[in-house]
Amino acid sequence: MFPASFGYVAAHSVDEALRLLDKHGDAGKLLAGGHSLIPAMKLRLMSPGTLIDLGTIPGLRGIRVDERSLVIGALTLHADVASSDLVREHLPGLADAASVIGDMQVRNRGTIGGSVAHADPAADFPVVLTALNASLVVQSSTGNRTIAVDEFFTDFYTTAMAANEILTEIRVPIPPSGSGTAYAKLPHPASGYVVVSAGALITQSSGSCVSARLAIGGLGSGPIHAVATEIELKGKSLTPQVINAAAAKAAENTDPTEDSYASAEYKRHVATVYARKAIEAAVARAAK
Amino acid sequence: MTAEAEYGAVRIRVTVNGVGHDALVEPRTLLVYFLREQLGLTGTHVGCDTSQCGACTVLLDGRAVKSCTILAVQANGAEVKTIEGLANGDTFHPVQEGFREKHGLQCGYCTPGFIMTAVHLLETNPHPTDEEIKHALEGNLCRCTGYVNIVESIKWAAAKMGGENVSR
Repeated sequence: MFPASFGYVAAHSVDEALRLLDKHGDAGKLLAGGHSLIPAMKLRLMSPGTLIDLGTIPGLRGIRVDERSLVIGALTLHADVASSDLVREHLPGLADAASVIGDMQVRNRGTIGGSVAHADPAADFPVVLTALNASLVVQSSTGNRTIAVDEFFTDFYTTAMAANEILTEIRVPIPPSGSGTAYAKLPHPASGYVVVSAGALITQSSGSCVSARLAIGGLGSGPIHAVATEIELKGKSLTPQVINAAAAKAAENTDPTEDSYASAEYKRHVATVYARKAIEAAVARAAK
Repeated sequence: MTAEAEYGAVRIRVTVNGVGHDALVEPRTLLVYFLREQLGLTGTHVGCDTSQCGACTVLLDGRAVKSCTILAVQANGAEVKTIEGLANGDTFHPVQEGFREKHGLQCGYCTPGFIMTAVHLLETNPHPTDEEIKHALEGNLCRCTGYVNIVESIKWAAAKMGGENVSR
């Protein structure tokens, strides 16, 4: 299978990529690792006129600490997020998610920025980054702006980014002490994509939960913020009974679509199970 | 750059198995077809052509990747290693030897991909557990031998590369 013909330009700076994006307009498409885009082009689901390659821009790859956040360059590979000492120390839930994306070869090529900007409803990073309250730094020819993750994923394969913007950084707050993060996923047995997944960030103090964020994937057009579960957890001592009761509300007010693998009812049920797994794992890490 | 230049072939320089190649490629040329059809390195196979099966796995700057899902232009400036570049003269790489010793192949179609994946695994994790081997092989499909002997082949290679006296 071959993609339809297209033009190719390698960008060597974000500014150059922005100029190319402005120049090519709707015909231009940004290429990062290409592990969502190239399969879509081979299937002729997408036929961009010109690919603007970001892979040739230095400085968009790597993970650093800036004040109380981890800053992850948009071109950082899944494999490097999964194996990063900084990520494993501060945000093990993010490493969990990175290590179960696709397979080893995909993780060696796919990028966090590409995954986030593609906004596949069955992807892992959008879910865990929603749980972790990340923010997305985007650039355009007129300047930078930062978009909160809760505002970012607006629909299937659609984000709050404008067509002339490039995602350059993912900023993830380092949680305060007493916090734990985790990600639990039911993968489709053939594709490895998310059937249902859950990301959790739990912060405890003096034996009770002071804050909780839980995001669920697979139930809608993007990550769903499980507000009802968070309310059930907050202010309580997280006994197994409390966690079970809270997780049982993880699929409230959702209307997942049925597909050939899973019915809507099954997805809603499994969401409560994976919510519980993620909360339990986060609580176990918070206790350490 | 003119529009004509953007839509035409792109000049790339790629080092494959230690040999530098200057080539003109159409932007839509996939790396696997560049290797097979422009360079004649047909040891890298096209299986599913949808980044599922791993038959096309090569090392790109040392990392195992699926060459059916990478454009040749993205490999500009990179080093590629294929199955043809593994042996040292007549001496097989230990992973190749392991697949022979432990019957890790039957028809052989998937084998180059499994071997390149295993080479990357053992370079990053020289003493993997069975579970780690299986996790690393998730992106490679075999339809005839089954996976038991493939895991045994990689364990044999790990032992040999670790200096153990391995049985034949």
